[in-house]
Amino acid sequence: MTAIANEKPLISCRQVAKVYGSGNAEVHALRGVDLDVYAGELTMLVGPSGCGKTTLLSVLAGILKPTSGTVNALGTDLTSLTSWQRTAFRRDNVGFVFQQFNLLPALTAAENAAVPLVIKGQSKRKAVAAAIALLEKMGMGERVNNLPGKLSGGQQQRVAIARALVHHPHLLVCDEPTSALDAKTGHTIMELLRSIAVEGDRAVIIVTHDSRIFEFADNMARMDDGRIVSQERYSNSGSPTNVEKVIVQQHA
Amino acid sequence: MNWISLKMLTGNQGKYLGIILGIAFATLLIAQQTSIFCGLMLQTSGQIRDIQGADIWVMDKNVQFVDDVKPLSDGDLYTVRGVPGVAWAVPLYKGLTRSRLEDGNFQQTILLGLDDATLVGAPPDMMLGSVFDLRKPDAVIMDVEGYQLLWPNEEPRTGKRFEMNDKEAEIVGICRASRTFQTFPVVYTRYSQALQFVPPERKVLSFVLADVTKGSNVEEVCRRIEKQTGMRALTGKQFEWVTMEYFMRKTGIPFNFGITVALGFIVGTAIAAQTFYLFTIENIKQYGALKAMGAGNLTLLSMILLQALLVSFIGFGLGIGAAAWFGIVANAPGSRLAFYMPVEVFIGTALAVAAISVLSSMLSMHRVMVVEPAVVFQG
Repeated sequence: MTAIANEKPLISCRQVAKVYGSGNAEVHALRGVDLDVYAGELTMLVGPSGCGKTTLLSVLAGILKPTSGTVNALGTDLTSLTSWQRTAFRRDNVGFVFQQFNLLPALTAAENAAVPLVIKGQSKRKAVAAAIALLEKMGMGERVNNLPGKLSGGQQQRVAIARALVHHPHLLVCDEPTSALDAKTGHTIMELLRSIAVEGDRAVIIVTHDSRIFEFADNMARMDDGRIVSQERYSNSGSPTNVEKVIVQQHA
Repeated sequence: MNWISLKMLTGNQGKYLGIILGIAFATLLIAQQTSIFCGLMLQTSGQIRDIQGADIWVMDKNVQFVDDVKPLSDGDLYTVRGVPGVAWAVPLYKGLTRSRLEDGNFQQTILLGLDDATLVGAPPDMMLGSVFDLRKPDAVIMDVEGYQLLWPNEEPRTGKRFEMNDKEAEIVGICRASRTFQTFPVVYTRYSQALQFVPPERKVLSFVLADVTKGSNVEEVCRRIEKQTGMRALTGKQFEWVTMEYFMRKTGIPFNFGITVALGFIVGTAIAAQTFYLFTIENIKQYGALKAMGAGNLTLLSMILLQALLVSFIGFGLGIGAAAWFGIVANAPGSRLAFYMPVEVFIGTALAVAAISVLSSMLSMHRVMVVEPAVVFQG
């Protein structure tokens, strides 16, 4: 992997702040965050609970609008978009992997994976066919007709990843993708996510507490109290322990 | 997205059935109670429908309903006959008398005296005997339900005798008649014979039944009769409505039924809304996930609306079916239950269920509208 890079970031945010509530109830979830996310890399947002990781992930994915600052994603200034435009942006460009998978329990694995295509307006038949093809590539060919309740945690997460990829997004955002999985399955899922980033030339952003998977990061932003306190970018093929640390930002 | 919406709904069978049963219950209660009300109202005017063959009922101007008889003088009959446009006019006696049975028991009876010559108003649906047998001395025709009330353990037959006002009557025919509001037996006889079955009074003519000449407008002739005689003249249909409106206005029947119907509506809405809302809340993360993935509010609202429409359609079908089944039982021979479901009740119930459906889904729609897609990131 060629992480050093000087290439243009896929997402770039500058001085992003997010404030919830007002007056005495004001909560500053983000306080002037600068972050660049590159295609072909796996970016991790880490830090203690309540430090603003999930809020930052939501801002980067176009779910939340920041209170101030700019977010440029795929050449679009997300802060200037209306709610409807951000919805369209997510539909076309972002894939989501959630901590609890959030698969629809009444839909089969293939139908669940087909949902983003259906949202984009494809017919059920075509969408499910595309989803089955993808699930087969991911080793889930024999489980396409199973309901989520009949799948293991790892299999459900694979279906969730297939759902996130089926519409070929440029950006994949993952919220604690391994926290509901055992170590071995988590490792397998991370290898899959890494290959998705590298081979698909996508940006993958992961929010996690799980230190066992830090080794998969190309770009790691440590957060605390709504700020990025350090950002490390590796030219890496694996673990930070044997990589070249190329960028280190230290914030006071 | 429609198939996703329906799979989400039917995938949760407990809630799915709960919402359907809530709506079915509301439908049943609304349709059944309204139909019983209609049936009761129909009973109040049943005797008007049973008197066939005359276009116009002429009565005292103060008559408020069919049982509110205010006798006319014999001369009024001739006055009506003299009104232009009236082809013929005949007398009708209607009153209550007491029947005395062989065992000495008494029973209130509705007595109808038909014009001796023409027998206009004779029962149209004879089970035993013939209306022409009324021309025999002491002859009466009794409705079958009245017969079974008086002689519960006997097969209806002609030749049976009983007394009215100490005057012997012989049943020469059994007919089917509309159920009466008072549930008393209905006895048909000739006008002159009827006067012997009731205590003597100065004026005995209850109504004048009239028909119009060919080409005359019934309404116009009615107005002419009213103008020339000072009496009230109504078509059969108008008299039915006057009678029903009296019962609706002067009794608590509509109010009591209205309360039950309103309760059905409220309880049905509450059950359906609560279950539907719980179903939505249970799936709120899924809706959040769909929002995050790019499903717009309109898409999600149409999903919820489709779910509401489906459960309403099925619930309405089950409820109206159950109400119709009740109606079949209620209208079975021998039953004294009142039930009549006109198309207006069907449509009205459908509209009420549509309102329940909209009200039930509004809470859910609002919940889905306000949910932030970021909810999916909350563990």
